[in-house]
Amino acid sequence: MEIDPFIFRLSIFILSIFIGYYVVWSVTPSLHTPLMSVTNAISSVIIVGAIISALAGNSDSIFNTSSLFGFLAIALAAINIFGGFLVTQRMLAMYKKKKKNK
Amino acid sequence: MISQNLSAIFYLISGVLFILALRGLSSPETSRQGNFFGILGMIIAITVTFLSIGNFSNGFVYVLIFLLIGGLIGAFIAYRIPMTAMPELVAGFHSLVGLAAVFVAISAFLNPEAFNLGTPGNIKLGSLIEMSIGAAVGAITFSGSIIAFLKLQGIMSGAPITFKGQHPFNALILISIIVLVYLLCSTQSSNLFWILLAISFLIGFLLIIPIGGADMPVVISMLNSYSGWAAAGIGFTLENTALIITGALVGSSGAILSYIMCKGMNRSFFNVILGGFGATDQSSESTSKNKEQRPVKSGNADDAAFLMKNASSVIIVPGYGMAVAQAQHALREMVDTLKKNDIKVSYAIHPVAGRMPGHMNVLLAEANVPYDEVFELEEINNDFANADVAFVIGANDVTNPVAKTDPQSPIYGMPVLDVEKCKSVLFVKRSLSPGYAGIDNELFYKDNTLMLFADAKKMVEEITKAIN
Repeated sequence: MEIDPFIFRLSIFILSIFIGYYVVWSVTPSLHTPLMSVTNAISSVIIVGAIISALAGNSDSIFNTSSLFGFLAIALAAINIFGGFLVTQRMLAMYKKKKKNK
Repeated sequence: MISQNLSAIFYLISGVLFILALRGLSSPETSRQGNFFGILGMIIAITVTFLSIGNFSNGFVYVLIFLLIGGLIGAFIAYRIPMTAMPELVAGFHSLVGLAAVFVAISAFLNPEAFNLGTPGNIKLGSLIEMSIGAAVGAITFSGSIIAFLKLQGIMSGAPITFKGQHPFNALILISIIVLVYLLCSTQSSNLFWILLAISFLIGFLLIIPIGGADMPVVISMLNSYSGWAAAGIGFTLENTALIITGALVGSSGAILSYIMCKGMNRSFFNVILGGFGATDQSSESTSKNKEQRPVKSGNADDAAFLMKNASSVIIVPGYGMAVAQAQHALREMVDTLKKNDIKVSYAIHPVAGRMPGHMNVLLAEANVPYDEVFELEEINNDFANADVAFVIGANDVTNPVAKTDPQSPIYGMPVLDVEKCKSVLFVKRSLSPGYAGIDNELFYKDNTLMLFADAKKMVEEITKAIN
């Protein structure tokens, strides 16, 4: 009997939880705020789903109820992607080491 | 148009890049590179999605328009937001992830053919379960984050809002969500889907209103985790590896942060989630009344300047009050003056200081404080005994020695900074009012404590002047 593809996805999911567990424990506490903003940005990869549903309509009706939700989701996720990565970058740029020549 | 297998491989690559993005945060030196990996992963994911659809019809232009609108808004916010408003910003962003997940789920429910999930009214069972879980968690994330945002922004009072029968009521709603998912799967009725969304929004709202202001670090981390699980739920629906990996990463990241925050308060996760400190604790009121009349020593900027000038080492303990008073820049100037006088200065940060994990670190970094002068609780706690002056600015409960001595106290067992072991303690505070936990701080009444009653920023500026 063939294995259901769902099982493969579930395996990826479970293993990723473990990766996340170990990776996040190694994050230094002083960077916990950037961690939150960057996780915010990457979870907006949900935009992938939004794009698919936005483009699902045919050329006669670009905006039907279903694709409209897709378009709205694109805008929301885009706010997050740009806002999340840029604010993270802004924060990380502020973390400096002590100047040695003092 | 590229094949499904090829695009799956690219999604896997972007998932790996997201892992590297988080890995980079293990030290400030590698963090910027990590952020770059994250951006790269996102670009790959979006590009591959366009290529795999291969339908560059009229709709494509609108996709770009919406992408651009969102991107401009996001970039504008990112550049304009003051660092002190970071907790609100993160809460706001969480709500957007939640809402986006809900919208994608609605879209997939209305038009399942687009995702190969079956036809309306006859959606594959597994997909329907994944979709409804994703939608419900997304909705909870959305409304919960909105409440957190309003509380942090001060639009809504930070005080816990409780009512009779709250917990049974919430439990009832949670059970009905599970029942609804079951019914939805067996009937495929779109009405049930809308009801499910509505009560998920409601429970998100109800779960967060009883949680008070200082517990926000836990709430924000928890909502961070939820937004991840919502994304993973949608990832299963869309059979998209990048989304599944990311959802799992973000979900576990938020869960770990919540755990660290709870440990920082010595409270169980459920204790925090089920309602605020003040609501359950009757003893606090009577104890604070008894102690109202006790004498404290209060001083002015000159006294503080004198004490610090004659010290050889000073430890600074910042808290939420510093963020409120926007005192971080003034504080760094004061520290610069101290350093000019050959005084050793370090900063001690409690895990739950501020309104979100790492809040104080970001503010100090903004004020150009080098991160190797900033220490976590365990790293620095033994140094208090050897330091001359502890300068507490805007922190309160996290310095209360009662947590170590009084088993009756609601904060007993919470790890605290051993500030009282210093030769002298300077405590900048606006009044003697108790902190968030509603309990009196024993530290105020110690012989070696000097209270500085003033706005934190003003006081720090005056001290700087007095030292010079």
